[in-house]
Amino acid sequence: MTGAMTAGGLGRGVETIGAWLLGVLWAAPLLYAVWTAFHPSDYAVHFSPFAPLTLTNFAKAWQAAPFARYFLNSFILVTSVLAAQLVLCTLAAYAFARFAFAGRSLVFLLVLVQLMVMPDVLIVENYRTMRGLGLVDSILGIGLPYMASAFGIFLLRQTFKSIPKELDEAARVEGASYLQLLRRVYVPLAKPVYIAYGLVSVSYHWNNFLWPLIITNSVTTRPVTVGLSVFASTDQGIDWSVITAATLLSTAPLLIAFLLFQRQFVQSFMRAGIR
Amino acid sequence: MTIEARIAAAGGEGKTARAPATRERAAPIALQIYGWLLLLPAAVLLVAFTHYPAISTFLHSFFSTPKGSRPSRFVGLDNYQAMLADPVFWQALGNNIVYAIGTIPVSIALALLMAVWVNGKLRGRGLLRLAYFAPTVLPMIAVANIWLFFYTPGYGLVDQLGGLLGFGAHNWLGDRRTALPCLMVVTVWKEAGFFMIFYLAALQQIPPVLAEAAAIEGASRWKFFRRVTFPLLMPTTLFILVNAVINAFRMVDHIVVMTRGGPENSTELLLFYIYEVAFKYWDTAYGAALTMVLLAILGLLALGQFLYLDRRVHYR
Repeated sequence: MTGAMTAGGLGRGVETIGAWLLGVLWAAPLLYAVWTAFHPSDYAVHFSPFAPLTLTNFAKAWQAAPFARYFLNSFILVTSVLAAQLVLCTLAAYAFARFAFAGRSLVFLLVLVQLMVMPDVLIVENYRTMRGLGLVDSILGIGLPYMASAFGIFLLRQTFKSIPKELDEAARVEGASYLQLLRRVYVPLAKPVYIAYGLVSVSYHWNNFLWPLIITNSVTTRPVTVGLSVFASTDQGIDWSVITAATLLSTAPLLIAFLLFQRQFVQSFMRAGIR
Repeated sequence: MTIEARIAAAGGEGKTARAPATRERAAPIALQIYGWLLLLPAAVLLVAFTHYPAISTFLHSFFSTPKGSRPSRFVGLDNYQAMLADPVFWQALGNNIVYAIGTIPVSIALALLMAVWVNGKLRGRGLLRLAYFAPTVLPMIAVANIWLFFYTPGYGLVDQLGGLLGFGAHNWLGDRRTALPCLMVVTVWKEAGFFMIFYLAALQQIPPVLAEAAAIEGASRWKFFRRVTFPLLMPTTLFILVNAVINAFRMVDHIVVMTRGGPENSTELLLFYIYEVAFKYWDTAYGAALTMVLLAILGLLALGQFLYLDRRVHYR
């Protein structure tokens, strides 16, 4: 009995060590980046407990490229995409959940096509469309293909369908219109799903790179990801300390939000995945 | 997002098709119009940026690229013939398959291991969860910058550690034998934590009573995992698998930063090649033909999911 218990305890001990080793391995690249960014270049690749801390790498990066403008562009992009997604997906999900219009199942299947064939893949034709619309090199041009999101529609439709019909029948009896019903009953009850979807959407569009790279070509439209790649590839030679500082800088808003709201982030990604 | 989406969609449709008939019979036409109007804004954008481009990719793949004063003309299967004769295309496709096979099983296995650990009673699991998940939140482009630094010959962390063990400097990203594996390491590092989340969610839905019963029966933890946990996680595994395959063909941000497809096309992936053909050489017609291959792969994936879905329905 005691032998079995120590064997089990030993197994647990090994697992704990394994888990921590993997954890260290996973955290190491980030911690290393932090080390490099906060120390002078001389200390970039050798560690010394007495290495002086410095912010000059950040200052250099900030001066070398218009990061403030890039941040503003990313902020406009992310908020406008999210706002449009919330409105469009809510209306569409409401239609799918509560209105038995002809062809609903077929249309819903057509919506789900976007889960497989994302705008990320259709870059050639979407660029052609944007040129036709005169939206090349505009923030709207980056965001527009993503504003109607099949994922968002699907997620909200599932939530709306789970809301008991008695609730909206009661409101209908009191004379509420369908839109009032949506605003007063459905949207408030789906709040956790909105938060989950919002976090996933914001991190996706803050991080998105290939399409913004294609569609933008000036400082006034580039989001932070594209700005960072332009900065790292052309402006900087090989001063890794400055490049790393710029890298951390460009991810800082998301990283800080993640550290502050870690639980919500994890739960949101989980919630978004389960459904 | 995808498998469950389809399952729920297929399962849910049957139920709702019958149920609302009684309620919405009062003013069917008015309500139908109302429903369509609610859907309209999203539908317009979806058609404009998903369905229309998919169809026009197909059509444009049969035309030539307009050059200067020469307009685009119908060329039949010329673009596809050029593709079959294009060694870079075959290399990109081959690389992409190697990349998928090399990254997906490893990230899924690591994700499962992470989820089991973080779900258990390990010391400091909050911190571990943070460490595992953090790479997921960062942009791939930023991650690629950091890893580019690690792989720097002679100077980067990888060679520094190798130097301690007595290895010489190596140009990791400049050698065609090591460049793709190096990118695969970055992908596994980035994705494992993301997939962990889905396993974690699934694990938390397994009733603890099962583990208690197994413990009373004297089953080891490994046996319990193999006989109970793992089978119960099967739907999650398939869901993750589909997402992982999509990502393997969709995510090329790190290629742009780290290797640009080189050396000697050894890190050329399909989508990155499409990007190069369409936006560096501006051969949009050939780009459309290449995109069709990508769409065909995604379509096959959807079909596979659909067939699996059928099996699952029979189970019930």
